Amino acid sequence: MNALLGWLDQRTGYKKIVNEILFENIPGGPRWRYIWGSALTFCIFVQFATGIMLWMAYSPSSQTAWESVYFIQEEMNAGWLLRGIHHYAAQLMTVLLILHLMQVVIDKAYTAPREVNYWFGLGLLFLVMALSLTGYLLPWDQKGYWATKVATNMVAITPVIGESLQKIVIGGADYGHHTLTRFFALHAGVLPGLLILLIVAHIYLFRRHGIKAKKPFRRADTPFWPEQVFRDIVAALAVMAAILALVLWFGGAHLSAPADPAERYPARPDWYFMFLFQFLKYFKGEGVLWGGIYIPAFIVGLLFLMPFIGRWKQGHRFNLIFLYTLLVGFVYLTYIAYAKDAKDEEFQFAQEQARKDAERIRVLAKAPAGIPQGGATSLLRSDPYTQGPKIFADKCASCHAYGGMDGLGRELKEPPSAPDLKGVGSREWLAGFVDPDQIATAKYFGGTHFVDRDGGNQSRMVEYVMGLRDLSPSGQEELAKVVAAVSAQAELKSQKGLDEADSDLIQEGSDLFWDGITGVDEACIDCHGWDGEESSESRTPDLTGWMSREYMIEFIKNPEHPRFYGSGNDRMPAYGEEGTLTVQQIGLVVDWLRGEWYEPVDEQMP
Amino acid sequence: MAHTNLPEKTKLENEKEPIPEEDAKPENAERREFMIKAGSVCLGGAVAIPPIAAGIAVLMDPLRRKQGDADFTRVTLLDALTEDGTPKKFTIYADKQDAWNKFPNTAIGAIYLCRKSDGKIDAFNVVCPHLGCAVVFRESERDYYCPCHNSAFDLETGTQAPDSPSARGLDSLEVKVENEGEVWVKFQNFQPGIADKKAIV
Repeated sequence: MNALLGWLDQRTGYKKIVNEILFENIPGGPRWRYIWGSALTFCIFVQFATGIMLWMAYSPSSQTAWESVYFIQEEMNAGWLLRGIHHYAAQLMTVLLILHLMQVVIDKAYTAPREVNYWFGLGLLFLVMALSLTGYLLPWDQKGYWATKVATNMVAITPVIGESLQKIVIGGADYGHHTLTRFFALHAGVLPGLLILLIVAHIYLFRRHGIKAKKPFRRADTPFWPEQVFRDIVAALAVMAAILALVLWFGGAHLSAPADPAERYPARPDWYFMFLFQFLKYFKGEGVLWGGIYIPAFIVGLLFLMPFIGRWKQGHRFNLIFLYTLLVGFVYLTYIAYAKDAKDEEFQFAQEQARKDAERIRVLAKAPAGIPQGGATSLLRSDPYTQGPKIFADKCASCHAYGGMDGLGRELKEPPSAPDLKGVGSREWLAGFVDPDQIATAKYFGGTHFVDRDGGNQSRMVEYVMGLRDLSPSGQEELAKVVAAVSAQAELKSQKGLDEADSDLIQEGSDLFWDGITGVDEACIDCHGWDGEESSESRTPDLTGWMSREYMIEFIKNPEHPRFYGSGNDRMPAYGEEGTLTVQQIGLVVDWLRGEWYEPVDEQMP
Repeated sequence: MAHTNLPEKTKLENEKEPIPEEDAKPENAERREFMIKAGSVCLGGAVAIPPIAAGIAVLMDPLRRKQGDADFTRVTLLDALTEDGTPKKFTIYADKQDAWNKFPNTAIGAIYLCRKSDGKIDAFNVVCPHLGCAVVFRESERDYYCPCHNSAFDLETGTQAPDSPSARGLDSLEVKVENEGEVWVKFQNFQPGIADKKAIV
C-alpha cells in the first residue's frame, strides 16, 4: 500500500497538497467562529450532489418541466426528499452567506491584503442569489412562473438595452420553452461553473493570506487537522440537521399548480427576495428605475468599495453601520411585506385558491388517464371542480348564489337577485321551488321579476305555487311524484341510484304532469312542454330534459330561446350568444353545478 | 511539553502561550486527539449520507418499475398474410407509460409475420438479439439480416447463421388466431447479447 502511494506521490505530488490542506496553521488554535466557510462549502457540496441527481430526472420544456418535477416529487423513490434537501439547502445557504459576510466585516477580514478575496466572496454571494433566482423558475409551477416574471420584467426597465436584454434572457418575447432551456443552462451549467472557479480562487487566496485570527489567542497554534476539521464537521452536521428538519417540517419543497399564464396567481418571490419586492412598492411610475436598478447598484458598489473605505480612520465604523443598516432594512422590509400580506384578504384568498389548485392537480395527475402529452396545465383548465366555481364567481354570482355564497366560499357582494343554484336539478331543490313558503324567497324567485314584492303582479308560476298551499295529503304525494319525474330529467350523478329505484314513481309523476294534481285546476302541461311535446306558451320553459347537461348548456347560451323563457326572460344574459363564455366554459360551470367531476376511486373499497 | 504528536510541518511558536491543562498530559492528549480524528472521519462520512443516499435512491428508481406482463395485441387479419412463406412486417401498437406521460395506442415495436403453407404462423421480433439493431428481410438471400454487425437468421426457424455474431436466433413471439381470422401476437422485448432468450420486464 505504501509503495503504491509512494508511486502515486512521485507522479502527482499529492502528499504535499494534502499536507498543505490538512496542516495549515491556525494561529491561536481552533475556534468555532471559523466554521462559516466550511459550512458554506458543505452546502455547495450538497447542492452539487443533489442537483446533479435532480438533473437526471428533470426535463426543461414548458410541457414537461412541471410534469418531470411532479414525477420526481410524487412518484420517484425518495424524490421528495432529494428535492427537499436541494430546496432547503439553498435557503440555508443564503442565511449562511449573510452571516459569513457579517463576520468578515466585523472581524475586519476584508482589509489589506484580503481585498480581492473579499470581492470574490461578494461575487459568490451574488452567484448564489442568481442560482436561487434561476432555480425558482425551473419547476414551472405557478409560484416560480409568476415570481420570476416580475424579476425578468425588472431586466426590461434597464435603460437603452432593457428590451433586447429581456428577450435574450427569456429566449423570446414571452415565457416558453427557451426560457426554461436558458434558465436551466444558467442554473446547472454557467453559474455552477463560475461558482467553482470563484470558490477555488476564494479558498486559494484564503490559504495564501491565512486565517484572519481572532485575538487574543486562547491557546497555542494548531494545524487545521484534526481539531478545526472536527469543528467544521460538527458545523456541517448542524447544517445537514437543519436542512432535514426543514424538509420534514414542511413535508418537502412545495410544488404549486403548473404554470398557466391565463390563471392569476398571487406572485411573491421567495423570502430572501421579499425585501426587494417590498422596496419596489415605494417607487411609482418610472421611479422603478431607482428602486430596481440605481439604488441596488449603488449599494452593491458600496459593498465592493468597503475594503478601501475601511482603511480610512472612521471607515471601518462606517462600513459596520452601513452593513447593519442594510441588515435592519432587509429584516424590516421583509417583515412589512409579510405583515401586509397577512392582513390582505384578497391575497389570503388567492393563496387559498392556489393551495386548492396545487392539491387538485395532484389528484388529476394521479388519475388513470394520467398527464396528457401536451402537459398538465390542461388538466386544471378542463376540470369542472376547479374552473366551475371560478367561472361562477366571476360571471354568475352577481345575481345567483351558490349555497348563499359566491361559489368560491365568499360572501356575495350584493343580495342575490336570482335563484340559488346549489343542488339545482335535484328533487330537494325542485321540492323547495314548488313550496309556497320558499318560491318567493331569495333562494328561488324572490329577487326576480317573477315576484312582485309589493304583492300582486306575480308570474303565473309563482301564483300556481302559492295556490298549492292548501293541498290535500294525496295532492302532496302527487306533487312529490311530479317533482321526482321532472328531477329525473336532470340525470344527476348523485341521484342515479334514487332515480333507478323509483322508476315506477317517476312514471306516475310523468303521467300526473299531463293529468294534473288532485285539487289543482291547471296541469303542468298547460304551460310547459313535456316528454317531447313543446310548451304551449313561448314564455314558459320546456321541461323535457330539464337541467340535464345539454339543457343547462343551451339555457345558459341563450335563455331567451323559445325553448326556455322566450320574451319572458328576466335579466339572464345570453352568455353563449354574446360570447361572454365559451361553450367549454359553460360546460365546466354546468358540470360543476351538476356535481360531475373526476373523483379518485378509493382503492380501499372492495 | 505536549504537541509532540503534532506534525513537524506545523509552526510551533507558542512556547510563551499558556497551555491548557488537559494538553499537558501526553496520554490524555493522545487519546483525545485520536477521538477527535475518529470522530471527524465518522461524522464527516455521516454528514454526506443524506444528500447522496437520496440521490442514489432517485437514481435507482427505474429498477423498481416493471413493464408488467405482456398482453396479446391484435396485429392484422389472416387474409393479409400470403401463404408463400414471404414474411411481412407489422408495427405493434399498444398503450405506453413513459415516466409521467401515458401514450395511448402508440407504436412500441415491430414484428415479422410469416404464414407457412401448412397454415402455421411464425412471428419474430425485428430487434436483433445480438445488440438490438433492427433486422430486415432479404429477398435475395431469403433470410433475415441485421445491417449493423452482419448477423443473418434463417427464414424458417430464425436460427442464426454459423458465422453470425449473434449469440441466439431471432426472438419468436407467441401467436394466436382469434375471432375467425384475426392474428394476435404477444409482443415482448428480450435481453440482447446473451444466448438465453430472457424477456425484459
